[in-house]
Amino acid sequence: MTMVDDAEEPVESIEDAADESADEPETDGGVRAYTVRLELVDEPGELLRALAPIADNGGNLLSIHHERGNITPRGHIPVEVDLECPPDRFDGIVDALRDAGVNVIQAGAEHYGEEVSVVLVGQLVETDLSDTLSRIEDEVDAVVIDLSLAAPEGTEGVASARIRLAIDSGRADAALGAIRSIGSDKELTVVEPLLGGETA
Amino acid sequence: MKLAILGAGAVGRSVADLAGEYGHDVVALADSKSAVADDAGIDVERALERKAGGEPVGSGAPEDVFETDYDALVEATPTTLDDAKPGFSHARRALEADRHVVLANKGPVAERYDELRALESDSAGSVRFEATVGGAIPVLSTIEDETPQAVTAVRGVLNGTANFILTRMAAEGLDYEHVLAEAQDLGVAEADPTFDVDGTDAALKFVILSNVLADGGFSLSDAAVDGIQNVPGSALDLAAEDGRTIRLIGEATREGVRVGPRLVPENGALAVSGTRNIVQIETRHAGSLHSSGRGAGGPETATAVLSDVGRLE
Repeated sequence: MTMVDDAEEPVESIEDAADESADEPETDGGVRAYTVRLELVDEPGELLRALAPIADNGGNLLSIHHERGNITPRGHIPVEVDLECPPDRFDGIVDALRDAGVNVIQAGAEHYGEEVSVVLVGQLVETDLSDTLSRIEDEVDAVVIDLSLAAPEGTEGVASARIRLAIDSGRADAALGAIRSIGSDKELTVVEPLLGGETA
Repeated sequence: MKLAILGAGAVGRSVADLAGEYGHDVVALADSKSAVADDAGIDVERALERKAGGEPVGSGAPEDVFETDYDALVEATPTTLDDAKPGFSHARRALEADRHVVLANKGPVAERYDELRALESDSAGSVRFEATVGGAIPVLSTIEDETPQAVTAVRGVLNGTANFILTRMAAEGLDYEHVLAEAQDLGVAEADPTFDVDGTDAALKFVILSNVLADGGFSLSDAAVDGIQNVPGSALDLAAEDGRTIRLIGEATREGVRVGPRLVPENGALAVSGTRNIVQIETRHAGSLHSSGRGAGGPETATAVLSDVGRLE
């Protein structure tokens, strides 16, 4: 989070100023993001049936990662759902999913709890960007949430890509280490975020 | 205190110039070819005039510096890597004569820290080196005040040239080569900017910081170092879309040293502009402390040298 520059804002009272701690997690008006990992039977309508309890219980769907190509050992399809809701409603959503017969594998902010952005620089196209991304998802155990590409020299030249990743809480250092080694394999420059301290 | 100053570059000259203001006498000043020495105090102004006019600073040999009745040797010769000579040899000679050493030269404390500390422990003199990290910014004295054991990490920007280049690239949308040429025209970058842009200069400073935190054990070869030469304008553009920017950031801990281009919040404390430097000292009991200021320059660095001299008294 950015630093709070106290000088910029008129301070109304000492109590107010004391409450404004830069260390407080940002709650966006009381809503938090969660990831729920489900296993669905490969039947028509299953996905829709699984999503209904989320909306019905005050959750707001952010994204759905539907891994059709992957089948779990039990022959089910893993689905990852990102949603946001007030923290006190999250348990209700998970309960409602289970009541509806949906198999909830993992729920809560613990899984994929962190987001990090990295910038990759180099011959991104020539080194097969989509392979780079799949390697990151496989080897880092991360989900690519967002990708921005800038190739001012055209696809033949040096390009930059900003990749936003969702990773497990507490695994950022390991994930960045793995991205570093993929980068060095492919001779790409990896610009990592600075974690730690009060600047990450 | 009586100061013998070795090195008559920007820092050595500024130390000589400002010493009187801080209550010290200069008994010797030498560059690589000649020296002026006088136990009663040299005429600093005349010596600096001779140096500015391209004449020898004095009629003596550089070695004469060690024959004077000095209390502290100010080592301000250019930083060298590996064996860190001649800076290391100068420091050894002063310590063996039981005199104090104040370093502006990074080499001895980055490359041969343990040997230097061993020499110090056998000497009545002591070694100080505030000027080697962050120019005018009090970095080492802050760590000393907090005690090194209570500091868990030091991060930040300790190379003004690289920071200037990244700042200009981000602000103007210009590419690396263009901004580097501009920096050279402005005198911000040297004719050979290699050590600034490849991260070596910053790495030396963070190696020194890790040595202070861990009480030795590190040299440049232990640092993981990346420079900014491969950071194109497009990478800065993408970072900006996300409210971030790229800075050449160093990290020193007891576990290791790392320097490389990193994403930091655009309006965060570490995203200083231009040639400015900043350090963030992460402490066990007091959160993070930030100090920002001029990390290079003759008078700026000389103030750090003279603060060290003051602490010796």
